[in-house]
Amino acid sequence: MINDNRKRLRRTMMFLNAQKPALIKDPYIYKPDSIILDLEDAVAENQKDVARFSLYHALRSIDYCGIERVVRINALGTPYWREDIRCAVAGGCDAVRIPKAESAEDIRRAEAVVDSAEKEFGRPEGSVLIMAAIESARGVMKALEICEASARLFGIALSGGDYTKDLQTHITGTGIELMGARQNLVIAARAAGVQCFDTVYTDLDDMEGFRRDVETIHLMGFDGKSVINPRQIDIVHEIYTPSKEDVEFAWKVIREIDAKRQSGIGVFTVDGKMIDIAFYDGAKRTIALAKASGMYREEWEC
Amino acid sequence: MKVLRSATAGTLESSDCQVTVEPGEGGIELALESVVISQFGNQIRRVVYETLERMGIVDIKISIVDKGALDCTIRARVEGAVFRANGKTEDLPWGGLIR
Repeated sequence: MINDNRKRLRRTMMFLNAQKPALIKDPYIYKPDSIILDLEDAVAENQKDVARFSLYHALRSIDYCGIERVVRINALGTPYWREDIRCAVAGGCDAVRIPKAESAEDIRRAEAVVDSAEKEFGRPEGSVLIMAAIESARGVMKALEICEASARLFGIALSGGDYTKDLQTHITGTGIELMGARQNLVIAARAAGVQCFDTVYTDLDDMEGFRRDVETIHLMGFDGKSVINPRQIDIVHEIYTPSKEDVEFAWKVIREIDAKRQSGIGVFTVDGKMIDIAFYDGAKRTIALAKASGMYREEWEC
Repeated sequence: MKVLRSATAGTLESSDCQVTVEPGEGGIELALESVVISQFGNQIRRVVYETLERMGIVDIKISIVDKGALDCTIRARVEGAVFRANGKTEDLPWGGLIR
C-alpha cells in the first residue's frame, strides 16, 4: 500500500485556517507545494464544529491545482480529532497532520481511524498519508519511533512555539533554542527514510531573519518549511533551488550511473569526483528541485 | 432533519456568509441580504433551497447575510447552522446528507 506521494516535493507547507473562506478559496495562486488546512489552533473552540463543514466543502469543490492538501486535525487529547479525520478523509484530503505527537502509539491510534474512514468513505486503502508534528521535549526524544510508526507517515515537522514553551524557553529569532530539536528531528527522519519540516517563522516584518532561518534549515538537511504567509514562499523556493552547477553535475551523475550500470562498473569519476550508486538518489532529488523551480530541460525526462 | 432550535454559523467577513436558522412556521422562509444580490441573488437562493432539500428540511426560518461567499461556503454555512440547531457534532453523514 506504499503511496507514491510519500516522497513528493514539499519545500513549503502553508497553514490556512479552514474556517476562513477568504483564505482557503484560492491559495494555489501563491504556488506553495502543500497547504495545511487547519482545524486546530487557528480555529476557536466554539467554531470547531462548523469549521469542518467549511473544510469538507473546500476539499470537495475547490480545485487546488495539484497542490497537496493536508488537514491539521485537533490533538488526540481533545474530543474533536476522530470526527476531524472522518471529515478530512470523506472530503478527499491527501494527508492528515497529527499535532503533539509523542509516541508511536499516538500515530497508530490516528492511523486506525484513518484506516476505518478510508473504508467508510470508499477511498483506496493507503491513499491518505500521515505527518506528525513534534511539539514537546518528549516528542523530540521519541522522534525515531514516531517516524517508524506507520507506512502512511511521510514526515515529521517541528512545531517551535509549543516546543520552546515545553523547554521553558522562547523563540528568540536566533534559532539557538531550536538547535537540539532541529538536529534530532532531521537525523531521526533521515534514519527512518521520511521527510522533515521546520517550524514556522512568525515575524513577518523580519524577512531577512526569515531568509537566514531558511538558509540554516536548508543546510541542516530539512526538506522544507512550514509557512504562514504567501510572502514567505518565494524565499524558501529560491533557497531550495539548486545552482546551475549543481544541476549540471547531478544530470551528469545520473547519466553516468545509468550508463556504467549497464557495463557493470560500480565506482567511477565525474568531473574528478568519485561517484557511485549512493549519489543516485541525491542527484535525482536535485533534478526534481530544479524542475520544481522552473529550471526545466527536456532531456531530464528520465 | 428538523430544526430544533435557533443556531448561527459563519461570519460577516469577506467571502463568507452568516446563516441563522430557527424552527419554521410551516414552510421555508428565507431572508437574504447580499452585497451581490443583483448579480447572484437567484444563484444563492438556489444553492440554499437545494441544500435544505437534500437535508429533508421543509420547515425552517433561515436568514442569510452574504459577503460574497462561493457556493461551497454557502452550503457549508447552511449545513453548519442546521447541524448546530440539532446539537449533532459527531458521526456526521459526510458524503450523504452533507455533500
